[in-house]
Amino acid sequence: MEARKIELLVGVFITAAIAALVFLAMQVANTTGALRGETYTLYAKFDNIGGLKVRSPVKVGGVVVGRVSNISLDSEYFEPVVEMKISVQYKGFPDTSTASILTSGLLGEQYIGLEPGFMDDGVMTLEDGDHIFMTNSAMVLENLIGQFLFSQGND
Amino acid sequence: MKAIQELGRNTLNTIRGIGNATIMLFQALVGKPQPLKMFPLLMRQLYVVGVQSMLIILVSGLFIGMVLGLQGYTILVDFGAEQALGPMVALSLLRELGPVVTALLFAGRAGSALTAEIGLMRATEQLSSLEMMAVDPLRRVIAPRFWAGFLSMPLLAFMFSAIGIYGGFVVGVQWLGVDDGAFWSVMQASVEWQHDVMNGFIKSLVFAFVVTWIALYKGYTAEPTSPGISAATTQTVVYSSLAVLGLDFVLTAVMFG
Repeated sequence: MEARKIELLVGVFITAAIAALVFLAMQVANTTGALRGETYTLYAKFDNIGGLKVRSPVKVGGVVVGRVSNISLDSEYFEPVVEMKISVQYKGFPDTSTASILTSGLLGEQYIGLEPGFMDDGVMTLEDGDHIFMTNSAMVLENLIGQFLFSQGND
Repeated sequence: MKAIQELGRNTLNTIRGIGNATIMLFQALVGKPQPLKMFPLLMRQLYVVGVQSMLIILVSGLFIGMVLGLQGYTILVDFGAEQALGPMVALSLLRELGPVVTALLFAGRAGSALTAEIGLMRATEQLSSLEMMAVDPLRRVIAPRFWAGFLSMPLLAFMFSAIGIYGGFVVGVQWLGVDDGAFWSVMQASVEWQHDVMNGFIKSLVFAFVVTWIALYKGYTAEPTSPGISAATTQTVVYSSLAVLGLDFVLTAVMFG
């Protein structure tokens, strides 16, 4: 009788732990993120990446399709090169697409906004390891303020 | 001269202690597995170590989550960023508070009990009697307690985090009026299974190993007198807490640094 009671309570203990784990998995964490499963790699060169970080999201029209996996400096032209891992679910962007560094909200995190370009006969799709040539760099607040003040001074 | 000699002796004693503790653990855990004999013992210890710690873990988890919700809200609302309450509560619980507070409570609730129990077994010569009957006390007494502590602490940490997040939800959403959908969706957007939940799990595995090990070793080597057992119990709680906090810094620096 004693042993049965103990086994029952240990069973309750394990069940509670599994329930907690399921709660964390289903309700709290994102297990279905765009980084699950297979990805392919794209590169983009920017003049200035602002506050972009590794693991920042890559979004197409607000939908997260991948994440920034590496940021390095090109050794020839000293330009930042961003490596992105995009889910294979989202394949076949035309190589006329534009990558811009955008900010979510006024003070939010920075992300890469990918804008699919036009599709034509001579246009290829972006495959694993390709570079995106059309890029827009991050807005740097100090530069904007500087430009604003400069243009005010000219009036 | 005397001070240097003192330092040398203390260092040697510390190293000897670590060596003895490793030998004890090795002898207790390595050997022919005897599942039939071990299983009821392990069950019994899981009950003592795990099930009986559940109440204190759940209650303190709930309150810590509620406090996090309350404190986080009062700061975040100044910036109009109260939607960030969800990730704040979830990340601080999963990454830090869950594993660490569980380990500290576990050291106080279960670790001290383990030390006192084994120390008293030694003082009343139960361990020697086991040896007389050709039963290895390391395999019979130490091993099930070790596995029970090692297995149950990560599970307790999961429960702590889960109920803490629920506590933050109750205070933030149902009491202070943060938007329900935003609370969960912003949380899901920023909590990653691999990076946050699994790293917290690895942390609590390390803490479980260290705390249980310290508790068992201190009990096993306790001086078989009343002040000896009392000192060993105190040392268990002090050393485990220090080890947990120190290791937590190292692990955090490696995982999230």
